[in-house]
Amino acid sequence: MKAAKFDYVLAESIEQAVAALAAGNGDAIIIAGGQSLMPMLAMRLATPATVVDINNIAQLSGIEAIGGEVVIKACTRQATALASPLVQMRLPLLAKAISHVGHQQTRNRGTVGGSLSHADPASEIPLAALAMDARVSLRSVAGTREVALADFFLGPMMTARADNEILLKVHFPEEPDGPDGSRMGTAFHEVSERHGDFAVVAAAAQIQLDANGRCIKAALALGGVNGVPRRIPALEARLRGTRIDPDAVRAVLPEIADAITPGDDQHASAAYRRRVAGVLAERALLEAVAEAAP
Amino acid sequence: MTAATGDAGNAGAMGRNLHYVAQKRRVREDRRFVTGTGKFVQDVTLPDTRHAAVLPSPYPRARILSVDTAAAEALDGVHMVLTGQQMAADCNPIRLGLKLPEVKWYPLAVDMTRYAGEWVAIVVADTAYIAEDALALIQVEYEPLAPVIDPEQAFAETDLLVHPGHGSNVLYHGHFLWGDVDGDFAAADDSLSFRARWGRSSTVPIETFGALARWDAGTEILDIWASIQMPNFVELLASTLGYPLNNIRLHQDVDVGGSYGVKRGIKQSVLVAYLARKLRMPVRLIEDRLVNMAGGDAHGPDRIFDTDVAFTNDGIIKSLKIRALDDAGAYPGRAPFQLAKPISAIVGPYTINSVKYEAISVATNKTGQVPVRGFGQAPTNYMIEMAVDAVARHLDLDRLEVRRRNLIPSDAFPYRIPSGSDYDSGDYHTVLQKGLDLARYDELLQRRDKARAEGRLAGIGIATCLEPGGGNNIFEYLMDPTAEITTFMEACEVKVDPQGRITGMMGTTTSGQGHETLFATILGEELEFDPDEIRIVHADSLSALPTRSPVASRMAIMLGGAATGAAGKIKDRAMAIAAFNLDRPAADLEYSGGTISDRNDPSRKLTWAEICFIAYRAYHKLPPGMEPGFHAQFVFQVPGGGQLPDARNRVQIYPCFSFQAHIPYVEIDPGTGKVSVLDYAIAHDCGTVINPDIVRGMVIGGLAHGIGAALYEKFAYDGEGQFLSASFADYLMPSVHEIPDVKDVEHCTPSPLTSHGQKGSGEGGYLGAPAAIASAVNDALHPLGLTILELPMRMHKIEALINDGSG
Amino acid sequence: MSQREINLSINGKTYAAAVEPRLSLLDFLRDHAGLTGTHVGCEHGVCGACSILFDGVPIRSCLMLAVQADGHAITTVEGLCNEDGAPGPLQDAFQEAHGLQCGYCTPGMLISAQALLAGNSDPSIAEIKDAIGGNLCRCTGYVQIIEAIQLAASRLREAGQ
Repeated sequence: MKAAKFDYVLAESIEQAVAALAAGNGDAIIIAGGQSLMPMLAMRLATPATVVDINNIAQLSGIEAIGGEVVIKACTRQATALASPLVQMRLPLLAKAISHVGHQQTRNRGTVGGSLSHADPASEIPLAALAMDARVSLRSVAGTREVALADFFLGPMMTARADNEILLKVHFPEEPDGPDGSRMGTAFHEVSERHGDFAVVAAAAQIQLDANGRCIKAALALGGVNGVPRRIPALEARLRGTRIDPDAVRAVLPEIADAITPGDDQHASAAYRRRVAGVLAERALLEAVAEAAP
Repeated sequence: MTAATGDAGNAGAMGRNLHYVAQKRRVREDRRFVTGTGKFVQDVTLPDTRHAAVLPSPYPRARILSVDTAAAEALDGVHMVLTGQQMAADCNPIRLGLKLPEVKWYPLAVDMTRYAGEWVAIVVADTAYIAEDALALIQVEYEPLAPVIDPEQAFAETDLLVHPGHGSNVLYHGHFLWGDVDGDFAAADDSLSFRARWGRSSTVPIETFGALARWDAGTEILDIWASIQMPNFVELLASTLGYPLNNIRLHQDVDVGGSYGVKRGIKQSVLVAYLARKLRMPVRLIEDRLVNMAGGDAHGPDRIFDTDVAFTNDGIIKSLKIRALDDAGAYPGRAPFQLAKPISAIVGPYTINSVKYEAISVATNKTGQVPVRGFGQAPTNYMIEMAVDAVARHLDLDRLEVRRRNLIPSDAFPYRIPSGSDYDSGDYHTVLQKGLDLARYDELLQRRDKARAEGRLAGIGIATCLEPGGGNNIFEYLMDPTAEITTFMEACEVKVDPQGRITGMMGTTTSGQGHETLFATILGEELEFDPDEIRIVHADSLSALPTRSPVASRMAIMLGGAATGAAGKIKDRAMAIAAFNLDRPAADLEYSGGTISDRNDPSRKLTWAEICFIAYRAYHKLPPGMEPGFHAQFVFQVPGGGQLPDARNRVQIYPCFSFQAHIPYVEIDPGTGKVSVLDYAIAHDCGTVINPDIVRGMVIGGLAHGIGAALYEKFAYDGEGQFLSASFADYLMPSVHEIPDVKDVEHCTPSPLTSHGQKGSGEGGYLGAPAAIASAVNDALHPLGLTILELPMRMHKIEALINDGSG
Repeated sequence: MSQREINLSINGKTYAAAVEPRLSLLDFLRDHAGLTGTHVGCEHGVCGACSILFDGVPIRSCLMLAVQADGHAITTVEGLCNEDGAPGPLQDAFQEAHGLQCGYCTPGMLISAQALLAGNSDPSIAEIKDAIGGNLCRCTGYVQIIEAIQLAASRLREAGQ
């Protein structure tokens, strides 16, 4: 398990990084935290000509609140995000998701942007970010564009980011408790054989209730049930405007069935994933509602 | 973390006042490990060492049509590329346990691959990186063939043969009958049948296997350093390479990073030895994780039991009929013998009257099996405990009560079981009660019932299991009557130097069991010196005395016995010197901390320093005829060993039988099937505990390993024979989060057969935990009327049982 | 594919080397710096045997390139010893409590425990489990490792009083 040869570019700026990607002509790959890339290199599942290291680019690290958004720059470590008061206060679903990611050693190195770019269908940060209606900024030599996460994940380990693009930052809409008495509740549930493993199935829920306890906004995202993390819009639509109680949640769960296409593998059958998706969705929704309840 | 309570395993045994044995003392090996100065094989560096990497087959069964190594050989930094055909031309097949002449096992596949991951070629290069670069340049043309994966199919198969020359996939098929099984079944009130399946898992040490070899053309000695734990390793190496045995020197001062049975890298070592000699350069092969899991030939038992149990309406089990079908993978090694060792304790700790045992080992297109912790006893214990639980369920009796009615009573020892073993000693009822007390069993029942009342699935496991210890090769004879091997020894040498300092020399490597501490403790106890001042070294294989290596829960028994014997010889020698110089009969002398004095006149004495001086320097003061110097050797034969089976295949196999009672508490999430082990109590009796920290560590560590086998760990294959568990992301070993707070208690029923009353302890936790966890899970499922008799009990299987009516 | 110069501090000592970019930090530590206390377990980031402190925080050295350590400070298990090479306080507690058997996972365990105790001299069992949750041990079942860390913590607290 030793990596094949590659050229190494230590980018000191975003411009240098995108220039190196452009020069790589599709055969250059970015290393951020490396927690997924390094095993792929060691197993020679990835054999890029060039590895572009973005860890030294100061502009790619940090968390800020800007104009109703919390922006997490791509190379921000998962551990930094988890410990950030801004994340804990304003992006509680993300904080809950990150607490399930790997172990302290991997979170100390792994990055928020790297997790999104890697796009493992069972990983937690993409799932939470999708539930939170986040967007990513992508930059190439041609310029910068933004992509909603709903359009970002294309398949297992496949995203809308082109080979010559770098993920700059993630924009999380801030949805704080409203002055009108509305409140946000979140929950993240996953099941894995061992603590810290990739989820077999995961559910992220974010629910906003008005002062009277009526649902203003509902988001449910499921992981491990498709090649990409999935939102369940039909379920969300049926919850909006209602008072959510256990019966109401149970009534809408059948909407999940048509939205997911889980597969079989050695760790779980498709049937397992289907049933457990419903179980975790129910738990996550109820917990989020309970947290949001006035 | 409750510290051990009750008897701290102290023999008080043998009526002796112990100074070092059974005392809380530091483990001497730990110092080098905590400081990062242990010497594992990867840490051994020789000048100009070259690095090897192996090419795995992508197919479980394929003809190798051609191997083109030209591009790989042309790569800068590559020294050699060796193929299976080239290797086979220069070596003998690796000797198997059973005599199966047409099952030819070579270090690299020759003409045909027999499992996905089997090694097809090996590259030697300046660095491991370059060696792997070269692997990518080897062109192999394969003709894929349909594999045989399912062991039942393999058993019945006549066309798809793993080794066509052998004529079938059956490596071994034997029938044993001990006692009047038919009569007992006919007389019993009732009977039941079940199938239980033990999944393919192993010990999977965190260190993979590695070996480093150097051929010295001047001395014509092959030096080898390897993370090895195998009896007869050097003999196997010599026979495969065709070398004289005394041309090979295995360095046994290498620390082994965990083994628990599996570190037996014979093909790996043959390869580096051959390449080192060929290239006249030191060559090392360190398996990487993927290579180790897929191609290291280190999988464990994979077993299907079909069992019939005859019993009375009171739950007294009278007889067992057991059929065990084991999947040995492509190359059996010593794997089939893992069906024979359990004959040593085939009725577990119970008074079962008769047993019929059909044992079958088959080859499939899977990675080869090696001996794993307990040598087949863990699956057997699992099956026996499932039988006891099944009887209790069937009769609607309490599982504890059924055990109490069947456990061998404490006044029945030594107790002969139908297959011929005498159990040396035991107090099973007391140990079980200690376990129940430790678990606070009544409160645990309330906790379970409360959880159930709240709608959760909760269960308590009970398993009472034996750990045969000491080893005895005679199980080979049971399977192969041409193998008249009745010797199973361990030896050591003890030297007292001119300064009076003591050095003990053992003949094997060690892999975490604390043998140096064990050895020093017993020497210290016997010679009355502080064990911390006794040096322990590992002889290389040319200077070592005979050994069977640390297998079979045997080192406390066997190295302990050898150390006691050698210490006795040292004392005898000192006594003889003193008797001669003090002019007193030895009977009048007494030994105390090295000084020998006249009982009647303590002022007449010889100090240890004086004795050493005489031994080394004062020939004129040596008793006539005594050789100068001060050392002793002792070769200890396993107690009770040395006999062939009688006409009915009854024989004493292992000498000592440790006992454990496991009581875990689990809850199952009915929505996801996930099992959480929330509590665990174990009561353990291995006779005298030499070092409490070591025994406790191995008991709890074995138990954690058993939780892995019960719930998580599986070498999985798909229907096409592709291996799915090569990485640690797919082969799931328990982390600290999966292991509960373990409460443990020791009880001490000394063995009458050993130097200090000790028995084996390295396997016991693992031998009982899978059964205990399975018992707990089935107890949790009981209110739903469900049972699961398949390991590992992965969450998706349990969930499907609960929510889909299928496993 | 030229080699790159790197300069880094390991256990307070400066190292300079020219390395291939593909060289893992783990292989650099063992094969180039000669610090074999850090162990190779899986090389894909699961077992934790290769854990080191990187600028004071625990990471897996198999999941970094050596070139990425240029200009950084690393502590390995050897760096936890006293100056004379004798076991440091945490190492001594592991020995006292026999928080190990074969010693292979031990350096990684020590690194994780060191990082924990650096910021918390009174960790709960849950905190200890979280700290070593990414370090697999096959020998001990973890119980004596937890006890060793608790012992080290209690000694730390006593020393601090």
